[in-house]
Amino acid sequence: MAQQKRAVATGTTKGSSQPATRSRAGRARPRAVLLVATRKGAWLLHGDASRRRWQLDGPHFLGHVIHHLVLDPRDGRTLLAAAKTGHLGPTVFRSTDFGRTWKEAARPPAFARRDDGSGRSVDHTFWLTPAHASQPDVWYAGTSPQGLFRSDDGGVTWAPFSTINDDPQYLKWFGTVQDGTPDGPKLHSIIVDPRDPRHLYFGMSGGGVHESVDGGATFRTLIDGLDVVEGFPRDDPTVHDPHCIRMCPSNPNRLYQQNHCGIYRLDRPATRWERIGLKMPRKVGDIGFNMVVHPRNADVAWVLPMDGQTVWPRTSPEGKPAVYGTRNAGRTWQRLDQGLPLQQAWWTVKRQAMCADAGDPVGLYFGTTSGEIWASRDEGGQWKCVARGLPEIYAVEAGSLR
Amino acid sequence: MKVLIPSPLRSYTADRTWVEASGSTLAEVIADLERQFPGIRFRMIDEQERMRRHVRFFVDGEQTFDLARPMAPAEELCIVQALSGG
Repeated sequence: MAQQKRAVATGTTKGSSQPATRSRAGRARPRAVLLVATRKGAWLLHGDASRRRWQLDGPHFLGHVIHHLVLDPRDGRTLLAAAKTGHLGPTVFRSTDFGRTWKEAARPPAFARRDDGSGRSVDHTFWLTPAHASQPDVWYAGTSPQGLFRSDDGGVTWAPFSTINDDPQYLKWFGTVQDGTPDGPKLHSIIVDPRDPRHLYFGMSGGGVHESVDGGATFRTLIDGLDVVEGFPRDDPTVHDPHCIRMCPSNPNRLYQQNHCGIYRLDRPATRWERIGLKMPRKVGDIGFNMVVHPRNADVAWVLPMDGQTVWPRTSPEGKPAVYGTRNAGRTWQRLDQGLPLQQAWWTVKRQAMCADAGDPVGLYFGTTSGEIWASRDEGGQWKCVARGLPEIYAVEAGSLR
Repeated sequence: MKVLIPSPLRSYTADRTWVEASGSTLAEVIADLERQFPGIRFRMIDEQERMRRHVRFFVDGEQTFDLARPMAPAEELCIVQALSGG
């Protein structure tokens, strides 16, 4: 299998081989890192303890399409990258030395072979989720077209997970390529309940929201209360398009969702989503890709709205980007744009490209389609551009290297 | 037979442009490449045994889309990256 050395450093690049700094007591202290996946490669953005200074490390996989780069929070050192190139098939790379070297998965996610010609092929792995803390080597992956996969060995070998990939009902709900997003229909937002490894959620664009309480043996739809594009039948999961679903770590009964048709909250065991985005300013609307939740306060969440009117420009509304935050579970929203461009900034932030860290106050981060990374050290109060000139950004994840 | 490896796949061949592989069909030659360079096959051929869209196979200068095509040791296989856009 292919092994890749870290790409040649650029002028501003710092090596990543010593991620942890040592405090005076001599204990290694976790160090902040942003994992940046782009259309043309991956970068690590290393932060200092104050989260004021950030240093780019990369490119890794220059020219490869990287849809998701995820650090395993269970060991603080394993990185998985979902990769493909313009010419080659999809694969997954793994690093256990903070990206100094990468090794390809021995068996990347692939659908089961069907001899009658009806079988599907993975175009790319889109989403990576580390499983429950009690399952240290287990990962889940979501693909385009929609598929659910699992690895039990830290990402080295992958197998179809659950029965949905070949289930006749799900095959219908997956729709066709035309029903999906421009870059192909996707399975995303794989969520593992921290209280119960058998309790899982995922979203599909298109295909709706789904939940399992039996470790993936069976799934049921969870689309009650969600709007669909006018004219579509609301009870058909095929036409549902959840863009991003997040579970609150401090209250796993609470889910927030940014949907193609609004922002929603769901407090389990209820099954009906409430459209909290109706409280957003009418001029801005409640359409977007991102949903970010506070690590310790389930009433706090953030979105980054985009223009979903008329022909769906999918830019910032009026060219004036802003994060909106709620501190009361969606009853009211505040505009958070201090430091962001005041006008003529027409970028978009894709669904995996906005995240929070675990700091106090929480750090917020997002990466734009125009290759900029913006950071806030104070929960959105003030924003600063910490990297620019990167390729189109697909995903930004915050982690702590140990 | 001699096999030309395109630049996107040379991370599997330690940067070698030409390698040796054997087999009586194109599928067997590709299987031999996989044996020598694990992982290389799935980047070219998907899980439904279809050639990937931007990977092309030429045998002695003639393009083939047939994995069952018979191969002779004297023939030369060129694996080529097709244009794939920006």
